[in-house]
Amino acid sequence: MNADSVVWLYAVTGALPPRALAGIMGVDGEPVRPIGHEQTVAVAGTVPSAEFGQPALTGNLEDLDWLAATARAHDAVVRAVARAGATVPLRLATICRDDRGVWEMLRDRAAELDAVLSTLSGRAEWGAKVYLAERPVVASVPRAESGTAYLHRRRAQLSAQRERAWTADQQADEMHRELAALAVATCRHPAQDPRLSARSAAMLLNGAYLVDDLRAAEFTATAGELNARYTGIELELTGPWPAYSFTGAAR
Amino acid sequence: MNPPELAGRRIALVDLLDRVLAGGVVLSGDVVLSVADVDLVRISLRALVCSISALGEPG
Repeated sequence: MNADSVVWLYAVTGALPPRALAGIMGVDGEPVRPIGHEQTVAVAGTVPSAEFGQPALTGNLEDLDWLAATARAHDAVVRAVARAGATVPLRLATICRDDRGVWEMLRDRAAELDAVLSTLSGRAEWGAKVYLAERPVVASVPRAESGTAYLHRRRAQLSAQRERAWTADQQADEMHRELAALAVATCRHPAQDPRLSARSAAMLLNGAYLVDDLRAAEFTATAGELNARYTGIELELTGPWPAYSFTGAAR
Repeated sequence: MNPPELAGRRIALVDLLDRVLAGGVVLSGDVVLSVADVDLVRISLRALVCSISALGEPG
């Protein structure tokens, strides 16, 4: 064991073809390598403790630039592994002290990892985000208006807003149901904070769908139809993703 | 709506963080140094973004 370094884990997969990881660099620019236990292989890289071990890691995870670069590098490795076959993506900052720790983890959780791998085989994750469409410009306020007329108008406005929000919620749920019908598994992430998503509109759905590759075209076509069907809400599709949202009960 | 094939587009960071922080297997046990506290990370990330946008907005 070397206390100056730790082992950063990216993904678990089945047997990798030779040279599948050639030229692939990890979160520290390090070469990534397989650590195997029988038919199950973890893809890992050795990274310096000073940056990726505790206590530095906790501070770095809260540094937006560091987090962004690390998340993108982690994702790039996961995607490279996923191109070679079914892949269980590991959450960011999954770290073992050394290779032996990785090997023991693979051995102890072999049955669970095998089950997840077979579930994910031939499938990919798609994301669907649904937003309330931007509001049309509100008609200008009459110049002279009695107090009663104002109250009536205001009440009507609020009631229309509530109805619009309720309808949009129902429609977003309907979109989710129709997309879910084409998926083998679904997951609803919490709505994104508008400060992070860079969109001011309310997010009504942040869904993830595990879809057979053979049905991917049908899935994306359905998403397009749904988006055209409802005018008050907007659907944005993302993917295909490695199956980050479907790696099972091990949470 | 976006075209279905997004390979050429840069993935939005927030979509990626939804997945790499909240999704994925978390391996617990003695061999794993640190996988927890991501909810805390997310909360402070929001605080960070909030403070950035407060700096950037006039008034």
